[in-house]
Amino acid sequence: MSECLKFSYLVEGENFDGAGAASEDTKARLKRLGVSKEVIRKVAISMYEAEINMVIHANGGKADVMICPDKIKVVMKDTGKGIENIEQAMQEGFSTASEQIRSLGFGAGMGLPNMKKYSDSLDIQSQVGVGTVVTMEYNI
Amino acid sequence: MKICQLAQIIDARFVCGEEKKEKEISSAFACDLMSDVLAYVNESNGALLSGLANPQVVRTAAMMDMSCVVLVRNKMPDKKTIELAKQNGIVLLQCQHNMYTACGLLFGAGLMGDRG
Repeated sequence: MSECLKFSYLVEGENFDGAGAASEDTKARLKRLGVSKEVIRKVAISMYEAEINMVIHANGGKADVMICPDKIKVVMKDTGKGIENIEQAMQEGFSTASEQIRSLGFGAGMGLPNMKKYSDSLDIQSQVGVGTVVTMEYNI
Repeated sequence: MKICQLAQIIDARFVCGEEKKEKEISSAFACDLMSDVLAYVNESNGALLSGLANPQVVRTAAMMDMSCVVLVRNKMPDKKTIELAKQNGIVLLQCQHNMYTACGLLFGAGLMGDRG
């Protein structure tokens, strides 16, 4: 574990213009570290979707990134309203997003499916009224 | 196809990044839904045609290593969007055509869709 590089971001809620900045910075770091393009793409897409969700649904939160020799782990933790039915939320097209969020180009119910598609493992722990922890892992 | 050729075909103006006008574009993708751009774009150095003129269109293009964003229907980007495009080295173009016409003109000129 000592060989792992760790860094964190505070993701500001309701800041639609800044949404994605943590994912953008993570992508740049991975590029500098020489991680393969394919892995960078997977991390960038799924972390960006998770970050957008955090901004629009959960009033922000914290993103922890851990880069190890064999894998990358991204943990997105918020204290937002939580997800009532994770199985339903995983379905393509299911969305509780407002018109404002849709006007940003998101909120069409593709976030969680994209996170699943582009990570090697996805774990979502959520409690209504308490918050959500999304953990994504990628094999290098 | 070079970015300057693409701009000429659809009568687009450079909002920023004109210094990269000689850069080659490999393919194009047209979409207003950013999650679908993330899900379906597969090729680097492409062009993204969109009617969405906010920072997320630039950030999404940057995430996918795309080179160029074309705003259709004369959509005006705000300062933050332009600034983000400059920071990420994304060429930002704006044209008057609607999405269908802009895509048709570019496809007709030989610019293929992303094969994602």
